[in-house]
Amino acid sequence: MSYQTETIMNKILKYSFFDLVRSRWIYIYCAFYLLFTFSLLWLSSDLSKVVISLMNVMLVLVPLIASMFSIMYFYNSREFTELLLAQPLKRSHIFIGQYLGVAGSLSLSLIIGISIPFLLYGIIGSAEIWNYFTLVIIGIFLSFIFSAIAFFIALRHENRIKGFGLTILVWLFFAVIYDGFFLLGLVFFNEYPLENFTLAASFFNPIDLSRILILLKLDISALMGFTGAVFRKLLGSGLGMSLAYLSLALWVIIPIWGIRRVALRKDF
Amino acid sequence: MISINNLHKAFGKNKVLQGIDLSFEGAGITAILGPNGSGKTTLIKCILGMVYPDKGDIQLGGQSIRHEWAYRDQLDYLPQIARFPENLTVLELFSLVKDLRKRTASGEELVELFGLKPFLNKRLSNLSGGTRQKVNIVQAMMFDSPLVIMDEPTAGLDPVAMIRLKEIIRREKERGKTILITTHLMNFVEEVADDVVFILEGKIHFKGSLSALKAQYGEAQLEQAIAHILEGKDPKIPNRFSSIC
Amino acid sequence: MYKLLLSIIICLVLMHSKSQAATLEVCSTCRWTTVTAAIQAAKAGDRILVKKGLYQEGQITVDKPLHLIGEGFPILDGKNETEILTVMADGVIVEGFQVQNVGTDYLEDRAGIRVRKSRDFVIRNNKLYNTFFGIYLEHSKYGVVEGNELVGKAVDEMSSGNAIHVWYSKGILVTGNQVRNHRDGIYFEFVDSSKVRDNLSEDNLRYGLHFMFSNDDDYSDNIFRRNGAGVAVMFSKRVNMWDNRFEHNWGVSSYGLLLKEIYDAEIWNNIFKENSIAIFLEGATRINYHHNDFIQNGWAIKMSGGCLTNKVYDNNFIGNTFDLSVSSHVNDNTFDHNYWSEYTGYDLDRDGIGDIPFRPMKLFGYVVNQTPEAIILLRSTFVDLINFSEKVSPIFTPTNVFDNEPLMKRLVFEKIILND
Repeated sequence: MSYQTETIMNKILKYSFFDLVRSRWIYIYCAFYLLFTFSLLWLSSDLSKVVISLMNVMLVLVPLIASMFSIMYFYNSREFTELLLAQPLKRSHIFIGQYLGVAGSLSLSLIIGISIPFLLYGIIGSAEIWNYFTLVIIGIFLSFIFSAIAFFIALRHENRIKGFGLTILVWLFFAVIYDGFFLLGLVFFNEYPLENFTLAASFFNPIDLSRILILLKLDISALMGFTGAVFRKLLGSGLGMSLAYLSLALWVIIPIWGIRRVALRKDF
Repeated sequence: MISINNLHKAFGKNKVLQGIDLSFEGAGITAILGPNGSGKTTLIKCILGMVYPDKGDIQLGGQSIRHEWAYRDQLDYLPQIARFPENLTVLELFSLVKDLRKRTASGEELVELFGLKPFLNKRLSNLSGGTRQKVNIVQAMMFDSPLVIMDEPTAGLDPVAMIRLKEIIRREKERGKTILITTHLMNFVEEVADDVVFILEGKIHFKGSLSALKAQYGEAQLEQAIAHILEGKDPKIPNRFSSIC
Repeated sequence: MYKLLLSIIICLVLMHSKSQAATLEVCSTCRWTTVTAAIQAAKAGDRILVKKGLYQEGQITVDKPLHLIGEGFPILDGKNETEILTVMADGVIVEGFQVQNVGTDYLEDRAGIRVRKSRDFVIRNNKLYNTFFGIYLEHSKYGVVEGNELVGKAVDEMSSGNAIHVWYSKGILVTGNQVRNHRDGIYFEFVDSSKVRDNLSEDNLRYGLHFMFSNDDDYSDNIFRRNGAGVAVMFSKRVNMWDNRFEHNWGVSSYGLLLKEIYDAEIWNNIFKENSIAIFLEGATRINYHHNDFIQNGWAIKMSGGCLTNKVYDNNFIGNTFDLSVSSHVNDNTFDHNYWSEYTGYDLDRDGIGDIPFRPMKLFGYVVNQTPEAIILLRSTFVDLINFSEKVSPIFTPTNVFDNEPLMKRLVFEKIILND
């Protein structure tokens, strides 16, 4: 039974994936990264600069595109979803399957878009290979996180305009606004010990967390160590890294859990 | 086969279903009629498990369907608007549905019947509305399930396809199936339906055979009979009813 | 005392018997089998030629003007118990030895080669391995430490010594040495009128080169790499620095150059590359910085309190995370006429100088100064946005830190050593 239901989810995943892999937008998305990474590598010989530029763009673009693409996919495939709902399938499998299909194809085009230029550049065997891996892993995490958030929002809101608006707002919040309040808070309370607050606050924003994880791979990570012992201890150690990846994983799991919960109760 | 007991459903303040009791047994074609917003679609969605009723129960073969999913293996559903993943081809859609249901299906004959062969390798996004509806019919009817639910099956069909559809419906009935249809086309109902259920404001206002309905209101035409129901109950209704004709 | 008396007697005897410089050979089959014995037998001005071999004699004291030469790097081994070579006479030359294994001692600063209260000495081309303190000069004058290689085993600052340690001395030249893995590479305390040239100091725990209370010194053509901090100049006056490379002093509390309470210095033609902080100033006054390259440092210049009349001009600032950070008042420090890779101004009159002033201090840099924890937001979109908007229309940038004459093109200096 369990085996059977698993394969059904895989099938939905597979078909969503095949559907998307033929979508023009996925290719445009992939081509963008190809072009961008190629030109970065071509313009700059310094790989760590390339990684930083790519990171800056990815941290903004991956969450935005993942959210927009997912919510569009969800709303556009609403009738098909209804068809699926009428089949002898479990609801959670339908939605999680679709979600995995969307997040998976987004991740795939990201991976291809970044990897081909780096591979041609000769990243394998280079010392920078871990930076590249970190970038790719962060990209995958961000795709899955923001895709899940968008699915969750779409499930909660029948009204497309509301759904879109909310998704953009969530993206804007994590990409920019959160850091604004964060910085404001730090400046405002700068007479208090802030290390623990700072670390906690960065764990509550997946984009911040991703940025820190990439920066930790680069030389400039040393700048972060200036601040104090807790930073040094947590950011400079394997423990900190594992905690950061763990919380990224939680950022994926919690919205998926939300999708499941809403999907099981919702009327279509 | 299927019995619905005291079904209630409200979306917010809007009470869509207010105590529906129905049961369908054995072979037969029932047309579910009613003006827009009367609760037809919600009723169907309740049977499909897409909408959870607030109160009441639906039983299929003696088993409650609440929060179940496996029972849907015993029903075929033809959705109202035929929209599918745009980038799949027709053939891929068929194999997807077959794949998901894990049932043997007899699609070829239906494909032949509707002349869909040339379209099998076309993407769904490139099909006209009528062709999509044919695809929609095939994907729903290719399984041999005892319960068939069709939501506006005639939408966008050309006269030839319409004839084919009627043939299929009659044939399925002969094979002992319970068939539920919603439609706006009254002569379609007159041609194929055995029984009629008329829903208004979430309540059943008539349930019985087509001939009984006509006889009750002394009208030869179904449309006239229905107009009588509406006039008799509520003088406002005829205006709204006009929208379904 | 008895020993001293005896050696004086022997000396007198020898001086009487032979008036010309002699060469005394030391090896397992020679007349002298220990260095100590040869020193005792020698008279002032003699050469002692030590052949290849292992000599474990404990502490060896050179108490008369002798020229000690090692042939094939004979090993003087302290067996981790004692200090090894102690020079207590003027005019001593020590060259060609391998000195190793001085025991760590927390009470006395044991050294591989110590020069005490002497002048006109030369310590040349020796190898010192695991010597706790390597070459230790105290109360000495006019000596040369040249071409030595010192490799320590420093693990933590508490239990490690300096490679070349100079204390209360004057007129010392330290040149062409390679020092690694000590606490400080080269340490000057109360050392005046001395020079440090052409040394390589790397992987030391604390500083590559460290001046304390030392005046009128200079250092040039050195490379300081991967040290806790490259060079620290503290409580000193008139220390000049040129043609040095400070590179990859990355890490927490790591500097290329730390200036603390120093006055009247000239810093030019240096390359600062990939340091957490290239130059950190605290109480630095009347210092000129020019013709230096600051490349890809965390902070190029970080100015803390009490800095007066520092002039920064004709330097290149390229790709630093923060070019400049000033904690309190700018005072009368100036930053005119530099090249900044961040500068995006224009030059309509084509005189090579940008027409609008450059603000080397970013808003975020200011915020980080006030609230160090904010560094966690480094390179975030929000920070980029506020930096950008601040650049377009400055509102918050607090201090009047300007380069009024920013250069349009990178300066090319005569002596630029590219990546090696």
